[in-house]
Amino acid sequence: MEREPTYDLKTGRGLMACPRCDALHVEEDLDLGETARCIRCGTVLAKPRDGAFAQLIALAFTSVVLLVGAVFFPFLEVSTMGFGNASSLFDVALAFAEGVLLPLVLAVLAMIIGLPILRSVLLLYTLVPLAQGRPPRRHAARAYRWSEILRPWSMAEIFVIGTAVALVKVAGLATVHLGPAFWAFCALIFVNLASRAFMCQTSIWDAIEDAGLQTEFGPRATPAPPSQPLPRPEDA
Amino acid sequence: MSAPTGQPAAPILTAHRAGLAGCARCGRVWPSDQVKCRRCGAHLVPPDRRGLQAVWAWWLAGLICYIPANVFPMMSTQTFAGLAGNSEATILGGVAELIHYGSYDIAIIVFVASIIVPMGKFIAIAWLATVAGRPATVDQAHTRLKTYEVVEFIGRWSMIDVFVVAILSALVQLGFVASIHPGPAAVSFALSVAFTMLSAQSFDARLIWRGLPLRSKTD
Repeated sequence: MEREPTYDLKTGRGLMACPRCDALHVEEDLDLGETARCIRCGTVLAKPRDGAFAQLIALAFTSVVLLVGAVFFPFLEVSTMGFGNASSLFDVALAFAEGVLLPLVLAVLAMIIGLPILRSVLLLYTLVPLAQGRPPRRHAARAYRWSEILRPWSMAEIFVIGTAVALVKVAGLATVHLGPAFWAFCALIFVNLASRAFMCQTSIWDAIEDAGLQTEFGPRATPAPPSQPLPRPEDA
Repeated sequence: MSAPTGQPAAPILTAHRAGLAGCARCGRVWPSDQVKCRRCGAHLVPPDRRGLQAVWAWWLAGLICYIPANVFPMMSTQTFAGLAGNSEATILGGVAELIHYGSYDIAIIVFVASIIVPMGKFIAIAWLATVAGRPATVDQAHTRLKTYEVVEFIGRWSMIDVFVVAILSALVQLGFVASIHPGPAAVSFALSVAFTMLSAQSFDARLIWRGLPLRSKTD
């Protein structure tokens, strides 16, 4: 560190609390490739990577393309004794369009198609202006927060395992061929893993904030008093 | 990043202890009278046991839905328009059937995903919510955090069984020869998994560390 980081124990400026255990840390600028962990619980606080935003944008775009393909291409093809049935996920949705199980089908489709697409779009909405060095769009913070809230609910990888189980169950009953949509889902798993590796929430939040979105969620704070020498915590 | 405290033996200063409010989503620190994080818009809640009410509420909802999920059939199979048999299988019945046909690996996946994981999750969340905020040593706190992370990670994988039923019932619509229809348990199992996921998400991991003694050697 070239300069002593400044922080303010009254307003919280320049400090970061571990989201897992609330331990206070002084914000420092990390070099690319460094990883900061919480001193108490070891949670990764920040891991800025070179070109992470561009990678994340590319991966989000990839997953949109894969998912759109996964909706319309045949997913599995099953045939037995001359009766055949090729189903894309779109066909499945239509087949259940009227029936008591419509809510279940809608929930499943949302988890495997809707939410992943929505998350990618939200991420693109947040990151594209940031990567181009322009000010973030309106509600960029809200968009990114929702994309993180929805993360556990987008279950493409679980769906692939579920498909494998279903294939074994149906194998005795009929012959099954895997369609392009199935492979799209498999590719999606790796896209998600890569996206996970490049994702550093702290860097994105900092970038959103530095690009001038400080006051979206409330009245502007009274301007912070000029940085006065504060007592170091161990002196207090 | 470094701690604001200089000496390693000193207790860890948390945002709460310093009279500040730390955002549990983005980590930004605000004065304690702030109610909403002005960077990410998340609500700032102090780490106290009041938040556990939501955990228990979702937990109970999940447990209630888990009972019909095991009693009612997950799906019904109709072969030759019901002439060659019309079988209904519960979760356990499905596992037994898989073992009967000799696919032990898949049977284990289904058994783990739809019996062991949900049960373990109920027990783990109940334990975490009970001991949260109680005094603990640093080692115990690390065990609790690990447990919480496992629960959080593994919760969504229980959805496998719901997806299996959805795929099978969509795929096996071969008219006269065979058809599979989802049963009522599929819906209640999906709800149970969703509720326990919400329960785990509403648990505030910061409570794990709240009960730590103010001074300890390694903390």
